[in-house]
Amino acid sequence: MATSRTQQNKLIGKDFLVPDVEAKVTGRAKYVEDFRMDGMVFCKTLTSPIPHAKIRSIDTSDAMKMPGVLGILTADDVPQFPPPAPGILAKDETFYVGEPILAIAADTEENAVAAIEAVKVDFQQLPHVVDPLESLFPGGPNARQGGNVAAGQIKLQTVKWEGVDFAAAGESKLPLGRPAEEWTYGDVDAGFKKAKVIVEENFVSATYSHNCMETRSTFAYWQGGKCFLYGSNQSHTAAIANVSRYIGIKPNQLVFIAEFCGGGFGSKIPGYPNMAIAALMSKKINRPVMHRISRYEEYGIGSARPGFQGYIKMGFAPNGRITAADLYIVQESGPMPTAGDFRAAGACMSLVYQPEAMRFRTVPVLTNTVPVGAQRGPGENQFVSVVEPMIDKAARQLNIDRFDIRILNAPDSSSKFGPDQGPVTSAFMKEALAKLRTLVNWDELKKKSGQKNGTKVTGIGIGQGYHSAGTNGFDGLVRITPDGKLHVHTGVGNLGTHSWASTARVAPDLLNVSWDNVVIERGDTRRGLPFNSPQAGSLTASTESRTMYAAAMDMKDKLTDIAAKMLGGKPEDYELGDEKVVRKGGGKSITYQQAAQKAIELGGKYSGKELPDELNPITKNAVAMIAGSGLIAAAKDKLPRVGTTPGLTCNVAELEIDTETGVVEIKQCMSVVDVGTVLFPLGLGHQIASGQVQGIGMARLERHLYDPKLGIPAAVGFHEGKVPTYLDIPPNMTWQAVEKPDPQHPLGIKGVGEPAMGSGASCITSAIADALGGHLFNRTPVSTDMIVNYLSGRPPAHKPLQVNTV
Amino acid sequence: MSDTDSNKPETTRSEQSSARATRRSFIKGVIASGVAVSAVGYVVYERSARRSAAGAVERLITLNVNGRDRRVDVAPHETLAQTVRYKLGLTGTKLSCDRAECGACTVMLDGVTAYSCSTLTHSVRNRKIVTIEGIASPNGGLHKVQQAMIDELGPQCGFCTPGQVVAAVALLNNNPKPTLDEVRRGMSGNLCKCGAYDHYLKAVMRASQEA
Repeated sequence: MATSRTQQNKLIGKDFLVPDVEAKVTGRAKYVEDFRMDGMVFCKTLTSPIPHAKIRSIDTSDAMKMPGVLGILTADDVPQFPPPAPGILAKDETFYVGEPILAIAADTEENAVAAIEAVKVDFQQLPHVVDPLESLFPGGPNARQGGNVAAGQIKLQTVKWEGVDFAAAGESKLPLGRPAEEWTYGDVDAGFKKAKVIVEENFVSATYSHNCMETRSTFAYWQGGKCFLYGSNQSHTAAIANVSRYIGIKPNQLVFIAEFCGGGFGSKIPGYPNMAIAALMSKKINRPVMHRISRYEEYGIGSARPGFQGYIKMGFAPNGRITAADLYIVQESGPMPTAGDFRAAGACMSLVYQPEAMRFRTVPVLTNTVPVGAQRGPGENQFVSVVEPMIDKAARQLNIDRFDIRILNAPDSSSKFGPDQGPVTSAFMKEALAKLRTLVNWDELKKKSGQKNGTKVTGIGIGQGYHSAGTNGFDGLVRITPDGKLHVHTGVGNLGTHSWASTARVAPDLLNVSWDNVVIERGDTRRGLPFNSPQAGSLTASTESRTMYAAAMDMKDKLTDIAAKMLGGKPEDYELGDEKVVRKGGGKSITYQQAAQKAIELGGKYSGKELPDELNPITKNAVAMIAGSGLIAAAKDKLPRVGTTPGLTCNVAELEIDTETGVVEIKQCMSVVDVGTVLFPLGLGHQIASGQVQGIGMARLERHLYDPKLGIPAAVGFHEGKVPTYLDIPPNMTWQAVEKPDPQHPLGIKGVGEPAMGSGASCITSAIADALGGHLFNRTPVSTDMIVNYLSGRPPAHKPLQVNTV
Repeated sequence: MSDTDSNKPETTRSEQSSARATRRSFIKGVIASGVAVSAVGYVVYERSARRSAAGAVERLITLNVNGRDRRVDVAPHETLAQTVRYKLGLTGTKLSCDRAECGACTVMLDGVTAYSCSTLTHSVRNRKIVTIEGIASPNGGLHKVQQAMIDELGPQCGFCTPGQVVAAVALLNNNPKPTLDEVRRGMSGNLCKCGAYDHYLKAVMRASQEA
């Protein structure tokens, strides 16, 4: 497929000025809370102050008499979803501190808050739990009255392990009780039998907030039976179905404005229940409603990466090959089944390390902590952060080079993975690791490992990252208007990765249109936006570029069709020149302006009046808005793709630990990525560097904190949540790409966003262990306190599987 | 009251709104697009809504914002971030933590950076306030920091960017040729959860090398 391209490459792979950046640096970019409307009023929510309770009664009589109050919204006013799915407003039972129970609208926000304070709720406190193992203990509390285990395909149920499981494990090991889900491939027992070295560890990765800089405020009003919703969302048209469902309207009744999104990191993929509050309040009181979310409220409803309590056993052959792996993950799932990280961790083990045989067991446990969800590299990144130092441990015991052991186990394009041992479209991780080894001058660099300089000791770490990074099946939509402009319609959203812009360059590249003649239609569904990939899962660069490819090929066919109609001959007698269609071998031509004008006259499929049935209804609705305005190409990406498309990255970090203070100073980080064809080098570099920064946050700093007795959250702001700052990052970050195209993508492109953070986090945990002579903390984040305790010979301040540690 | 500069898009044509206005009324300004701004009554921290008694001090004061004197009605407990965003229509200043942790609301007071979310507006009556909207030249030409942030692709999601730009401009005004480490320290009061620090740093260093 990659060979079918005949056009000269003009835009793909080149740097450019991203069109929306000027708005960002001047303050003109408008985020949800920057919008205003005449008559706009405000709403605020009453949220649960206790982690688990039954709502016995609510008395709003005083509140409704408060000055300025315009209306109230309770669970009875909003669509209901069967438990344990997340709801919009709690009905009978609340599951976490910060859960919205009701909303009040008033003329001012202050009046709305005052009215909220006048609401009387009679809560009956229920037993709560913030530690999954406590819930699995015989007789332990359940986070919900209906049970303590649920996730995706795992129905809500109660799982209690046996007392003997806990007794056998003691305090330092994960009790290996009955799992809720299990899979195996290969002969695991035989694999361990032939192993020379066994690494067996228990580990914890902390839950932590997404901490988007822009909270999930919503602004909504109604006009002509349609809901106009301004939301902070990282995807755009992919979220329409879900947002409409929360509001209880049909997708074509929603006008969704989402031009900028102030951070999502996975927490704003398909819309979220909170969006419905402003919309439904606005409908009820017939006023435009602004629902501002404060930082404190954001902590409750703003999602978090779920933590793990885990057990892993890996067997290594004398040459370092992993002969068997046995992985058990207990996930802290929050109160709703909203995160599948545990599954992704299992798949990550099987893909990145290619064990010859593997068993995976898991139980996702509900807890009375904030709802969790996908966060950049959900599952994979927690997992690689704890397992990469263990790979080093095996290399040390076998006396094998740390790069060699990783290259030996790394996947290639023939590798299989996961419970089904399915294929990958391409994997060049061995090449990536080899290139990284050269980039960092490994033979010299590794000599620094353990070197002392005064009170400081150097550690060198290697990390790897993986996430699936591309899919297919979405609709492309491009349009040429009689003024000769190529309108690229994109519904992928604007998370801040700049991929909406880089993928929009594919169509003009293939159609020989200058970038100056491109109009990007995005940000507002009234502009006619097709059904596109969610901006999540490292999907956009790969998925949207092939979607654009499909639309561009359809446009090319239509251009040559029209040329043949206007100038005679057959479509195949024509080819694309610079913004014109020319007869092959020279001769007559038509401009794109002429073709667009002709398309309007021809109508039918040329002007968007007739469409292929296979298009998504959202796309059909979008085309209906622009039909008749030019030459329109709307096409579904039906190009073949078999298997998972993996994005793979590897990093090296050099750091120093001060053995007196425990302070970690990261000196440099270097990365090599397997992302296929590079679409936008500057943007790719930005993703890699920011992945390293977020990885430092995960490896060293960020975590939730709950009072274990009261279930009250304590890390509810940036400072307490320990978001990385300028002072936490290395002064020197570099990267390279393998640049081997994915053969199952028309342009060879794979994504990168998530793996870049996984390798960014795991190179740090690996480097810390290296600096400390191979000591494994088996925990993220590795706090300075933990390092100091270890260096001074004190026991850790927490038990091995304890959660909510400082 | 000086309100002559109405050619900038963010200009709020301040109504002489009156000492008559009660705190519950909407103080309305009309921004150039003609959209009315509902102005008072935003909450700083939930669970601490202040219910000042009728007749409490509420005054029409003059603020010098981006080089112009602006007349604006300001409640005693109102923060500068609220005033510039909701009364003057200068929404480039962002609110993220609303408690002096993140720097999204960074403005300059007499050339020194301040967290406007945690600055009472009444306390800055005699100061020169510069928001992100006052960074570019009056004719619209970008500041070298802004241009460098475009060229180096500084922002990701962009929400913290106005604060980063203001912090960087203040830093370079004070220290035109900083070292990388000085920039890191100077900017460390501005958080970016996307982790765009590396590109912001490159942009500030690039700007510092421009004339």
